[in-house]
Amino acid sequence: MNTSAVNPRLDTSSQQPQAKRRWVKPGWFLVSPSVLLLLVWMIVPLGMTIYFSLIRYSLLNPGENEFVGLENFTYFITDSGFIPGATNTLLLVGSVLAISVILGVLISALLEASEFFGRGIVRVLLISPFFVMPTVSALIWKNLIFHPVSGILAALWKFFGAQPVDWLAHFPLLSIIIIVSWQWLPFAILILMTAMQSLDQEQKEAARLDGAGPLAIFWYLTLPHLARPIAVVIMIETIFLLSVFAEIFTTTNGGPGYASTNLAYLIYNQALLQFDVGMASAGGLIAVVIANIAAIILIRMIGKNLTDKS
Amino acid sequence: MMTLKQSRRVQSLVLGTLSWAIAALVFFPIFWMVLTSFKTEIDAFATPPQFIFTPTLENYLHIQERSDYFHFAWNSVLISFSATALCMLIAIPAAYSMAFFETKRTKGTLLWMLSTKMLPPVGVLMPIYLLAKTFGLLDTRLALIIIYTLINLPIVVWMIYTYFKDIPPDILEAARLDGATTLQEIFRVLVPICKGGLASTALLSLILCWNEAFWSLNLTSANAAPLTALIASYSSPEGLFWAKLSAVSTLACAPILIFGWISQKQLVRGLSFGAVK
Repeated sequence: MNTSAVNPRLDTSSQQPQAKRRWVKPGWFLVSPSVLLLLVWMIVPLGMTIYFSLIRYSLLNPGENEFVGLENFTYFITDSGFIPGATNTLLLVGSVLAISVILGVLISALLEASEFFGRGIVRVLLISPFFVMPTVSALIWKNLIFHPVSGILAALWKFFGAQPVDWLAHFPLLSIIIIVSWQWLPFAILILMTAMQSLDQEQKEAARLDGAGPLAIFWYLTLPHLARPIAVVIMIETIFLLSVFAEIFTTTNGGPGYASTNLAYLIYNQALLQFDVGMASAGGLIAVVIANIAAIILIRMIGKNLTDKS
Repeated sequence: MMTLKQSRRVQSLVLGTLSWAIAALVFFPIFWMVLTSFKTEIDAFATPPQFIFTPTLENYLHIQERSDYFHFAWNSVLISFSATALCMLIAIPAAYSMAFFETKRTKGTLLWMLSTKMLPPVGVLMPIYLLAKTFGLLDTRLALIIIYTLINLPIVVWMIYTYFKDIPPDILEAARLDGATTLQEIFRVLVPICKGGLASTALLSLILCWNEAFWSLNLTSANAAPLTALIASYSSPEGLFWAKLSAVSTLACAPILIFGWISQKQLVRGLSFGAVK
């Protein structure tokens, strides 16, 4: 129903002016600065990373930079941190996406369901965590909320007579997922709320008059309307979630063991704590490959949703 | 039996209360951070947590004494605003040509741009670090400005592209017939029409720059360090200075938080990434 309203105009935009245009298209001339910059930004570091990954390059033994082939890669993949790192990356991205999309839909539906006192303030409060920098939110959660002695949760547990939990030590990945979700749920709410406001109220009213209950309206009318904004949320959040770093760095340091290490943190560990540039570069490349696989799958799944309208 | 109006009232009351409860829950960590920043260290660590206490400003004074807050804040402001301005300047022409002179390659280019964002920064940390070192850009604001411009460029191009897509090409056609050059067309006609969308794009870019923690921590030390680095310097556990940590966190977030609150209407309307039709 949406596309039909948009398409005719778009057709004219792509064909009609073409005939009228009198001079050279400024197209590639104008796109080129950004494409060129991004190409350089991508290729130069990538090229250097590929080079480093094929040589022995440890800051502890400078000067011994002989070619070692794929040794760095095999080391990285067989490193005991690789499997947990990859699993944690997927778990983290997957759960935060699920939490922020599901809760995001429910909360924005709740906000749109009725007028009530202070809706504007509620909206502001709900999106605030998005403005807080990751390092800060990690520190607040770690020290003021999760802390087993003086954190709020500990106080709550004690109030109900339970033994306080040391969240970051016993549920490190879950804690990180909670922190990261807290940061990204507001983003989902922000986008989904905008989308809900654009839902045709008359259509909703008509459905209601036809005897559809609120659940039916939500399921058959609201959710389909949200397909595209949900695709946008998934796309943008995945980009940022694949490289979550500060939250882990400031709370658990990837531990205990590898319990909360994701690939980004694992590579950082290799590069800066073990001074092994070669292996870190190999790890970086593997992460790039994984990110690209994720990107391709995502674009296959939702890319149509992203560009179709345009 | 309740009348329809009454039942609507009850419904709104129930849903409203629920919304308020959720909002309070989500906002609580920020509220608690600000509250803790006005406590003494003893109150901050007290169990059970204290909601009522004598507020003090000593933490804020201590921070200003130990590390010059305004130096870091100024760096954050300079870096975020310059990177955003530069990014918009490069992105607007690109988005213009993609939106109005679409070719077969346009969509592919757009998706490719987005996919460059999927490179995890750690993957290219070493090369970027070495490049910055070679060019003498370590611990300079310029390095961060360049990097932030580049990491936000894909999203910014995409957002602006979706706004431009909504502009009927006839308007530009008219300007062109009046003899406007391409640049005039963009900056005299297009930009004023899309003010709202461009503003929310710039806002998002500002937020992302302000909060970026990976490159700022790894490429700066003192000179060019923004607020994220200031926070990191307080995160090392040298005793339990939570009130001070809360104060420094509040200081780091306050500017962008207040900025975000003021502009939230704009953000809510503008941040659709073309998803709303």
